[in-house]
Amino acid sequence: MKPTLLDWLRRNLFSDAFSSLTTLALLAAALWWLPGLVDWLLLQARFRPDAAACAAVNHAGACWGVVAEKYRIILFGRYPYEEQWRPLLATALLLTAILAGSLRLLSRGPLLAAWTLALPGFLLLMGGGWFGLSPVGSDQWGGLPLTLLLATLGMLLALPLALLVALGRQSSLPLLRGLCRIYVELVRGVPLISVLFLASFLFPIILPQGTSVDVLLRVQAGIVLFAAAYLSETIRGGLQGVPAGQHDAAAALGLGRWQALRWIILPQALRAVVPSMMNSAVSIFKDTSLVTVVSMYELTGALSLALAGDAEWRSFQLEGYLFIGLIYWIGCYAMSRFSRGLEQAGSNARAMA
Amino acid sequence: MKTIQLVALLFLLHLAPAHAGKTLDQVRQRAQLACGVSTGVIGFSSADSQGRWNGFDVDLCRAVAAAVLNDAAKVKYVPLNAQQRFTALQSGEVDLLSRNTTWTLTRDASLGLHFTAVTYYDGQGFLVPKKLKITSAKQLKNAEICVQSGTTTEKNLGDWFKAQGIRIKPVVFEKFEASIKAFFSGRCQAYTTDASALAFIRSKEAPQPDDYVVLPDLISKEPLGPVVRRGDDEWFAIVKWVVFALIEAEEYGITQANLEQMKASTDPAVQRLLGTAEDSGKLLGLERDWAARAIKAVGNYGEMFQRNVGSASPLKLPRGLNALWSKGGLMYAPPVR
Repeated sequence: MKPTLLDWLRRNLFSDAFSSLTTLALLAAALWWLPGLVDWLLLQARFRPDAAACAAVNHAGACWGVVAEKYRIILFGRYPYEEQWRPLLATALLLTAILAGSLRLLSRGPLLAAWTLALPGFLLLMGGGWFGLSPVGSDQWGGLPLTLLLATLGMLLALPLALLVALGRQSSLPLLRGLCRIYVELVRGVPLISVLFLASFLFPIILPQGTSVDVLLRVQAGIVLFAAAYLSETIRGGLQGVPAGQHDAAAALGLGRWQALRWIILPQALRAVVPSMMNSAVSIFKDTSLVTVVSMYELTGALSLALAGDAEWRSFQLEGYLFIGLIYWIGCYAMSRFSRGLEQAGSNARAMA
Repeated sequence: MKTIQLVALLFLLHLAPAHAGKTLDQVRQRAQLACGVSTGVIGFSSADSQGRWNGFDVDLCRAVAAAVLNDAAKVKYVPLNAQQRFTALQSGEVDLLSRNTTWTLTRDASLGLHFTAVTYYDGQGFLVPKKLKITSAKQLKNAEICVQSGTTTEKNLGDWFKAQGIRIKPVVFEKFEASIKAFFSGRCQAYTTDASALAFIRSKEAPQPDDYVVLPDLISKEPLGPVVRRGDDEWFAIVKWVVFALIEAEEYGITQANLEQMKASTDPAVQRLLGTAEDSGKLLGLERDWAARAIKAVGNYGEMFQRNVGSASPLKLPRGLNALWSKGGLMYAPPVR
């Protein structure tokens, strides 16, 4: 007999007294909260960028007009207004490359090519100074492109570094092992915010007079070093999880140390830690919001830049935060879907082996 | 975090002479004034939907740029938060800090910078719910008071109540929005910040403005003004005299609108200020019409005040202490001669 809707309900929602009660309680809560929420979010909300209309509603409904009015400064920060098609295009370019990678639209060769085009393309579009594009200093970059750049480059560069450090910690050379360990313990022992302060305020002083390194570069380096320390511990965990028998089996097959690492150990180790690596990626993505403290205005910074000094719109910060919250959520959700895809691909590969 | 900043600052102090005497040249060479402003204070500095900056502090940047570069638009605005503002000035990231900064001995004497002149006399006040029936700050015994951290406001609060022998509990917030949200949701019995902000917070942020009152007491002196790096006396003089010129212009009735007619004035003081008779700019290293350019860009001090924070603005602040000395206020510029 085909299971009916009633069967499904009985099995999943009302299987025993406790789950029936929970179902009813949740249903009551939803009925209690939902109408007000929908009312605030949509029915009473104002969507047009009209400050007087928003003020008239007096927070009984959301004022999405604030997003309509301020979206350019929220999304692109201090980037010159007339030139904002450039960060738009650059963001689209980077997102396309990220999506092509995570949805496996391209095989390895074209994907590598896409990335080698997308990243310099992003930087050239943002920075300008060629082809008649006016130069825009990296201190003026902001909003979504900055968030994406910091997070993407942060992960891309941290991963190989983390791999090296993780391998270094397993090395038989005591000096190398010690150095890697000191690095991890030092970086992991301080909050990201102080790494950022060091990168933006102390680092220029250590450099010889007259040489200066771009602040974005310094902050990006800080984020990479920070992320790599955490990632390397994750990867080390994966390496230790590979049974010793695998090393012996590889040796028995006549594989050298690096061959064994490349074909036997690393694939298993990395596959095992995909979820925790994705965890790091998600936290790096959100941690980029800390760069506001060193005068870089990524999404959250750009939002306060857009609203804090505006007499008409300042009181609608909540709507602004919900808007960028949505952007962050989409980013994080996409990452977790990507991670699930990777895990499934991994288990398929195992099943086939 | 504080320690790191302090260490950074100490390092920077040793490097300060490297910048000495070059600011004017640097600004001219890059044809742009780098001006540190606050990330958003209504009336003082804010970026509009197109990213254009405006406000009282911003106008001062424009006036200096007009005097030095003959173009008020040649300003790069660098939004800075309260913690990083001095470091940014020290490290040369900005040429001028025009950012609601209170002139105090500690800052003037130990941070390697110079306060140029006072552009706004502020003071710290209190906002309280009407239902508490409080009429003076001295009645705030054992009250919890919401305050923003990292500013002189927090310190004044402690000092004043200690001097009065009254115990209070400060509730400290890092962010401005958080502090006022907390106050209006009933977390504290009073909210304290500079009086220039209180009236507006009451009228715009309060759920019911009539439920709140601003207490008459001012517990501190908050002279705000532009700040420059130490070790560059020429630049220090330029910024200082641009401020004085704007005040002087109000005193002589020179406005943005009547500037051209005033250039024909026979009053020697006006002629000196506008550079029509003698060249007052040469001594500063500027062109002779330096003051006229600044006035053309932002108007005189009174116009700048009214447009951004006074009667023609959402803040609607009275001139009060910021009226000219001849009208009962404290705005007094040394003579341009």
